[in-house]
Amino acid sequence: MSELISELDAAGMHPPVGPVDVTHGILLYLEDVSVSFDGFKAIDRLSLYIGDGELRCIIGPNGAGKTTMMDIITGKTRPDTGRVYFGQTIDLLKLDEPAIARIGIGRKFQRPTVIEPLTVLENLELAMSGARRMRGLMTTRLSSEERDRIATVLNRIGLTEQGGRLAGILAHGQKQWLEIGMLLMQEPRLLLVDEPVAGMTPAEMDRTAELLRSLAGSHSVVVVEHDMGFVRSIADRVTVLHQGRVLAEGRLDELQEDPTVIEVYLGAGDAYH
Amino acid sequence: MRLPPWLLSDRAGLVLLAVLAIIGIGVPVLNLLVPPDNPLHLTAYTVTLIGKYLCYALLAVAVDLVWGYMGILSLGHAAFFALGGYCFGMYLMRQIGTRGVYGDPVLPDFMVFLNWKALPWYWNGFDMFWFAALMVLVVPGLLAFVFGWFAFRARVSGVYLSIITQALTYALMLAFFRNEMGFGGNNGLTDFKDALGFPLHADGTRIVLFVLSALALAGGYVACRWLVSTRMGRVLVAIRDSEDRARFLGYRVERVKALVFTFSAMLAGVAGALYVPQVGIINPGEFAPLNSIEAVIWVAVGGRGTLVGAVVGAVLVNYAKTWLTGALPEVWLFALGGLFVMVTLLLPYGLIGLLRRREAAT
Repeated sequence: MSELISELDAAGMHPPVGPVDVTHGILLYLEDVSVSFDGFKAIDRLSLYIGDGELRCIIGPNGAGKTTMMDIITGKTRPDTGRVYFGQTIDLLKLDEPAIARIGIGRKFQRPTVIEPLTVLENLELAMSGARRMRGLMTTRLSSEERDRIATVLNRIGLTEQGGRLAGILAHGQKQWLEIGMLLMQEPRLLLVDEPVAGMTPAEMDRTAELLRSLAGSHSVVVVEHDMGFVRSIADRVTVLHQGRVLAEGRLDELQEDPTVIEVYLGAGDAYH
Repeated sequence: MRLPPWLLSDRAGLVLLAVLAIIGIGVPVLNLLVPPDNPLHLTAYTVTLIGKYLCYALLAVAVDLVWGYMGILSLGHAAFFALGGYCFGMYLMRQIGTRGVYGDPVLPDFMVFLNWKALPWYWNGFDMFWFAALMVLVVPGLLAFVFGWFAFRARVSGVYLSIITQALTYALMLAFFRNEMGFGGNNGLTDFKDALGFPLHADGTRIVLFVLSALALAGGYVACRWLVSTRMGRVLVAIRDSEDRARFLGYRVERVKALVFTFSAMLAGVAGALYVPQVGIINPGEFAPLNSIEAVIWVAVGGRGTLVGAVVGAVLVNYAKTWLTGALPEVWLFALGGLFVMVTLLLPYGLIGLLRRREAAT
């Protein structure tokens, strides 16, 4: 059994890639990516570049391809054509979801997805990078260094008091933060965050904005969001997706003057507050 | 001796282990040392019956590990139980030697009857106890690993997986019914005489088998309890509750599933191997789909995802079965179905869940 475990370890527990090469200042490249489902082009020759340490917001009406784009980056969906690179050297299209997670891309789902029967601490422990190797899993203890890492993240997401509580009984906003905390335990270079403030109170939104802003710089953060007020509060650069392509890119106030963007959003009613 | 914290905090588990220790010592005493005319005397029949329940309980623990903790509803676990049973049955067949009806020193009776001249290659080695004991783990484990590897990699899950596990055990049943397979066809393997030179019908041998069953159950329980209290246990729960979350955290879900499924199948194999010498027969009926479903019902009745509940459920439901099939044989299947419906509707966490709720209320 232990032989089998070590063989499995060797067979794929380490991604077959080196460190991320960001010599050109770009962390994530999507070039000419297309994917269609049953003839419907969900992503149509999309090209997008995310800088190292950048905080980018992606907006766009429903069906613009935002979630599909995240699925492609994280390995859930294979594009029909195009190139997706992490840094200069790592071809993400050659890796599967766990491998992509391990090289440093964390994803937060739209619906908060925490493991409800586990405590907050256990959720963070579960997400801890380095805990994923088989042999590391066969233990019931935490090292003091691991304890410190968990405490740091708990503090950062503001759930220090809730460490021993079950994740299932947290408030909606707290679950969202816990999930972001789980991403942080993975020590990612890139965080993909899908609608982090859906259903949050204004106070929770402010704290989330603060948290995401504090992550930028040391991490690249891509936020998909509908709430324009929230987008305005966090992002320097905003990309507008429409029908699977980039419609416009720039500062939010510039985009709001852009006639093509206004046209796309006309049908979307009060998307701009 | 100090118990590790993961076991110390498992109160229900400690009670279970204490009970197993008491019956592991008490039953042999009541059988061997209390004279037969004393009302406290346990007959060999009762000892074997309890031993059978313990084997079923180990099967239930194996089912609970994959279903309760990892969310894989296996409706084919009895197949692993039966394969373990066949492996050990093959050893027992080879021990018969010239004492069979036809007196052939190598070939079991059913092969002589089929006019076979030589032992099929896959019967080689089963005259050695250590080899048979190894195969009890290897055969169910290998089948589970290969099956799990393909099914989990193809991301077959939920009800579809349950259906193919059911198909797996059904296919094995049909295969083992065939005489050409070389496992005795519908008669299976029986007429066992002895194991390691000890006659199976002797009281002493029955007691040893009984104690081994209790030890295997205790060992299987402790191994599963340890596994679910490690980080791996948290990964299993994550896979059960949100497979995608686990995958995007970097876990190779299909590998974890295949490994734990394999381990569970090995436990089921051990249970089957201990079951066969106690009941004295193994036949293809053990692969019947209903057997696997019954095992799931034991776990549901006792309380899914608790391990202790699996043991409680297996013993109680089988006790009820022994009693009902004696008193009102035609009612049993209806009672079983009704029980499953009742538990699903009224006791989603089984008897253990009921106890915990009671405890929380007081």
